[in-house]
Amino acid sequence: MNVDLVVVGSVIAAMLTAATPLLFAALGEVVTERSGVLNLGVEGMMLVGAVCGFAATVGSGSVVVGVIAAAAAGAGMALLFGVLTLSLLTNQVATGLALTLFGVGLSALIGQGFVGIPLPKPPAFAIPLLSDIPVIGPGVFEHDALVYLGLLAVPALAWFLTRSRAGLVLRAVGENHAAAHALGYKVIRIRYMAVLFGGAMSGVGGGYMSLAYTPMWAEGITAGRGWIALALVVFATWRPERVLVGAWLFGGVTIAQLHVQGLGFAVPSQLLSMLPYIATIVVLVAISRDVARIRLNAPACLGKIFHPGG
Amino acid sequence: MALIRLEPRGQASQAMLYLTPVLAVVLTLAAGFLLFAALGFDPVAALYAFFIEPLTTTRGLGELAVKATPLVLCAVGLAIGFRANVWNIGAEGQFTLGAIAGGGVALAFYGEGGWWLLPLMVVAGAAGGMAWAAIPAFLRTRFNASEILTSLMLTYVALLLLSLLVNGPYRDPDGYSFPESRLFEEAAVMPILIEGTRVHLGSLFALLAVAGGWVLMARTFVGFQIKVIGLTPMAAGYAGFDQKRIIWLTLLLSGGLAGLAGLCEVAGPIGQIMPSISPGYGFTAIIVAFLGRLHPVGILLAGLLMALSFIGGEAAQIGLGLPKAITGVFQGMLLFFLLATDVLIRYRLRFGTKGPVVKGVAAKGVAA
Repeated sequence: MNVDLVVVGSVIAAMLTAATPLLFAALGEVVTERSGVLNLGVEGMMLVGAVCGFAATVGSGSVVVGVIAAAAAGAGMALLFGVLTLSLLTNQVATGLALTLFGVGLSALIGQGFVGIPLPKPPAFAIPLLSDIPVIGPGVFEHDALVYLGLLAVPALAWFLTRSRAGLVLRAVGENHAAAHALGYKVIRIRYMAVLFGGAMSGVGGGYMSLAYTPMWAEGITAGRGWIALALVVFATWRPERVLVGAWLFGGVTIAQLHVQGLGFAVPSQLLSMLPYIATIVVLVAISRDVARIRLNAPACLGKIFHPGG
Repeated sequence: MALIRLEPRGQASQAMLYLTPVLAVVLTLAAGFLLFAALGFDPVAALYAFFIEPLTTTRGLGELAVKATPLVLCAVGLAIGFRANVWNIGAEGQFTLGAIAGGGVALAFYGEGGWWLLPLMVVAGAAGGMAWAAIPAFLRTRFNASEILTSLMLTYVALLLLSLLVNGPYRDPDGYSFPESRLFEEAAVMPILIEGTRVHLGSLFALLAVAGGWVLMARTFVGFQIKVIGLTPMAAGYAGFDQKRIIWLTLLLSGGLAGLAGLCEVAGPIGQIMPSISPGYGFTAIIVAFLGRLHPVGILLAGLLMALSFIGGEAAQIGLGLPKAITGVFQGMLLFFLLATDVLIRYRLRFGTKGPVVKGVAAKGVAA
């Protein structure tokens, strides 16, 4: 009985960790998309964040520096995207794809000297009292700081988008940029900030992969998580609290795949590794089939180019 | 506030349409110069090794055609979809399925092949790619699911499927448990077109695809529908064009061509099925499509240029010890510069805070 509970506790703990990179990246993309910008470069920003965070941690010996570097690197990539799409009015779909292709190459180039270097796992902090719950407490309530930060970001962003003035302006820009511009809001500036925030969050999500989840650097370490994060945004109908549900779901699928093998089922590992991708498709289909719901929730100006001069 | 402003042109500039790809290549070379210098290499020597040296031998030119073949095949199909705003970015997966299906035929008839084997493999390869692209087409038309995300997710599934097969049913029974298939027999290998090179029948398919793509887009009603749907979906709706049919058509076409490319690769230069059969041709084809202005002839030129970046990357890896990843960096930069310079097609650059045109308009407004 107790053994089962220990397993449950460790499964939940593993799920929370597996969900964290997706949570950061998808929350960032929610903010970006709510401002009306579709950035398909999440995978590229995550990878560059992952490698820069890793390099900075190896160089400085501090995980905190690493996380900051990951955020800065993600934001740097997002700045590139912003200059192209917002200032030079390029197609957002094509530019996002270019950002991912570029990020895959750039991260491999930066990371070639860092392959195979081990890093210690960042320290875990136990939540007082809750982590003292027997059996499951230590697993569920004892994590590194980023797991908590990701969880805290959910209510913070939900509040920001629905209750704060700045959040309402950001949504206005995403729903109708011409009207927001006419009201005197700086559409381009607001979108730059949203894009940079999204990039920084993706960078941290990638950084979590290389600093805490594995922790090591390998080419293509994110393995499509950036794309799964993009699907999560649609699944969550652009709402932070639903992103959390989606991220847990995918964390669960990722962990299930490891545990099925652990339980001794003779299923080829490749079939199990397909699970998160197939689950993404299934979830995306389930949510997208309701056309009206997507149309109601998607920012009306998503992906549209804005130029104040017409 | 801004020092450089964008001023809309009355009409898209035709000159810029053709000039910007050249400008993008020049800017990429300039950025490459800085990159090589930053990495501590002699930039001139590195750029020479990367972009010129591979072209100095017949063999090198042949390799250019070999590498351009899958890129052009994939990109012609993708570009037709992009014209209709159908974003198939899973060509890499469809490529893989083409190799799995076509290569599977070669392995199934191993030792009993005849003249019919290669044509059968070609059909199976194209069908494999089509089947894989049919999934996003179905999910998009039936359930409204973004083909961008589904086609990309299916790429990961396809790569895992390939890994599963070469470790299982496709594995060479006489091999030493390496995850590789048998070498294809003579009847299952693409014939070489030019002696002394590796240029194979697939290159001919690529040229046919370019011609076919041009005819479809420039000379048929379907091509016209594709263009209208891409430019003004509403007008296409009023004209009664069936958008779902176009989504199916463009995805099946691009999937089939990508599958054909995959088959040509395993039945051509590779000659067997391995866990890794593509250095990312399906993704690079996206860049090729844009660099070629989504036009079949442009794609042919762009495919050759991108093929050079693969060969140059390999040459630079061997000759200079540069990491292979530099190819991806160059490709990404090229696409960035191309997209960035594209702004010149529809806008003029104006320097200074306020241009005379805007002032004139404001003055008129006051006068009125």
